Amino acid sequence: MTSLTSTAMVTPIKSRTPVLFQPRAWIAILLVAGVFAVLPLLNLWLPVEHPWHVTQHTISLLGKFICFALAALALDLVWGYAGILSLGHGLFFALGGYAHGMYLMRAANPEPGQLPEFMVFLSMTDIPWFWSFTEYPLYSWMLVLLAPGLVAFIFGYFAFKSRITGVYFSIITQALTYAAMLLFFRNETGFGGNNGFTGFKWILGFDITSPQTRAGLYWASLLALLGALLLGRWITTSKLGRVLMAVRDAEGRLRFLGYEPAGFKLFVWTLSAMLCGLAGALYVPQVGIINPSEMSPANSIEMVVWVATGGRGTLIGPIVGAGTVNGLKTWFTSTFPEYWLYALGLLFVLVTVLLPQGIVGLVRKIMRRAQGDRT
Amino acid sequence: MTTEQHEVSTTAAPDDAYTPAYRRPTMAGVDTTHQVMLYLEDISVEFDGFKALNALSMEIGVGELRCIIGPNGAGKTTMMDVITGKTRPTSGSVFFGQNIDLSKLTEAQIATAGIGRKFQRPTVFEHHTVFENLELAYKCSKSVWPTLLAKLTGEQRDRIDATLELLRLQQQAGRLAGLLSHGQKQWLEIGMLLMQEPMLLLLDEPVAGMTDAETHRTAELFNELRGKHSLVVVEHDMDFVQSIALEGKVTVLCEGSVLAEGKMSEVQADPRVIEVYLGR
Repeated sequence: MTSLTSTAMVTPIKSRTPVLFQPRAWIAILLVAGVFAVLPLLNLWLPVEHPWHVTQHTISLLGKFICFALAALALDLVWGYAGILSLGHGLFFALGGYAHGMYLMRAANPEPGQLPEFMVFLSMTDIPWFWSFTEYPLYSWMLVLLAPGLVAFIFGYFAFKSRITGVYFSIITQALTYAAMLLFFRNETGFGGNNGFTGFKWILGFDITSPQTRAGLYWASLLALLGALLLGRWITTSKLGRVLMAVRDAEGRLRFLGYEPAGFKLFVWTLSAMLCGLAGALYVPQVGIINPSEMSPANSIEMVVWVATGGRGTLIGPIVGAGTVNGLKTWFTSTFPEYWLYALGLLFVLVTVLLPQGIVGLVRKIMRRAQGDRT
Repeated sequence: MTTEQHEVSTTAAPDDAYTPAYRRPTMAGVDTTHQVMLYLEDISVEFDGFKALNALSMEIGVGELRCIIGPNGAGKTTMMDVITGKTRPTSGSVFFGQNIDLSKLTEAQIATAGIGRKFQRPTVFEHHTVFENLELAYKCSKSVWPTLLAKLTGEQRDRIDATLELLRLQQQAGRLAGLLSHGQKQWLEIGMLLMQEPMLLLLDEPVAGMTDAETHRTAELFNELRGKHSLVVVEHDMDFVQSIALEGKVTVLCEGSVLAEGKMSEVQADPRVIEVYLGR
């Protein structure tokens, strides 16, 4: 006992974090967010020949990455904190995308009552009931959160009540997104079959392809990511966050302390699905298309790789991971496209073996070492 | 924040219900007017034809410290599983006080009703600090929303500090529980039970793996708790049992039912008990 006390780093017990982050972390986050926020201005204001000019391509690429980062952060909430590995978050991402896409399809027509193009093509005569009110952007944005949230809630309710955990849960989520993909592939489902939605023209009356609108969507995504980071941080530093980590580490013990883990899992699971839906909704207008391939199992697995690479259970890690992996992917698929999947697999293996805590874990280790040298 | 303290007075009438802030099964106060904390009646548990418990009947009184001994496979841990809702009895009934039928409640509801359990292998949250372990155990509303908005009050902090002192873990408060020694983990888990303010404590081999000094200190602690809570202690260490049983009852389990019951000295002199322990 005495040997332990002598080496103990007795930290004084205070509230763990002053207003979510340490001052230094706040500065770093705001600095990085600031740099990213300025990029579209460099695109809009500077002439093409200026050395600081940022291309349209870069902006839309980064806008996409920010949406992926948001999805990864959502996945980290359930996997990194509550220990629930989802292999089906692509479903929630796609559902959010489809919900927003419904509005964009309606807005692409000169008359809001007109049938979207694909429905005419499929010789449908009426707008299906579930398309009602989607011409109103506010309603459609509500759906962006409600559709994935509801699916997640119903699925989670039964899965968590039946105490399905571990790989069994993961496999079921994978099956769920696959089943949904098959469903959305059918023309009869009413979501444009395998072509999905495309040909968006207007969003809130703005031309969706104009650089200004692009910048607006980029900023909206950045704001959503920042908001989700703060929300995630607030939750994970609350007592509920500590309960979630306890669910991950010793669910049985928690039950005998009087907590029902199912309720806590359901809360974070549903919230995560909604954040993922938001990511999908912001993604769709920036890439201009949503189709069922977004629900393919490979997409969901890729999300897991982002989180693992960045470092799970850190919130910042998944953002870094999504950026790193997608940056690599962009480079690979343009240089030697046929090897990307091998590279992804290799990356996942290397990260699992060499960096179990991901990039953030590595950085923390290095920083701790540097501090140790100084003292 | 809502820290609905549920008043479970030992003499409360069954309709003296506590209503948590958030929709949860409303638990009536435990009715212990007959001075009995726990009734086990004719409990049998069968796993694929194997009878882990065989018509086990037992009563634990209010404030009693009961030691339970018995050879391996006697059904001691299964009995605790039945009381805490982890295993459902194949037949028989298990009541907390006179009014709460434990066979109908979930593990969490049973814990909320006032039964705390320490596992055979010390189970603490290893990636949380010692302080946080106690904070999570603290008796307050344990549903989702109150937990999200919970703030540590001064009173709660004082109680946690007091428990840390009782456990002699003040120096370790900020350390991760996973870094504690085996004996300290055992104590932390006992401390977590105390934070729940249970009326009945079930302790499965609390001194396993402890040094002599730690065992001695644990015996002291249990003797202090006697009378404040009802305690059921399952233990193999006979010296330890001797030091906490005093003149109280000791129950010997064998093959899923009660073999003998009485004072330690009586039980030790019982020829049947000697036979089970020394082999036939």
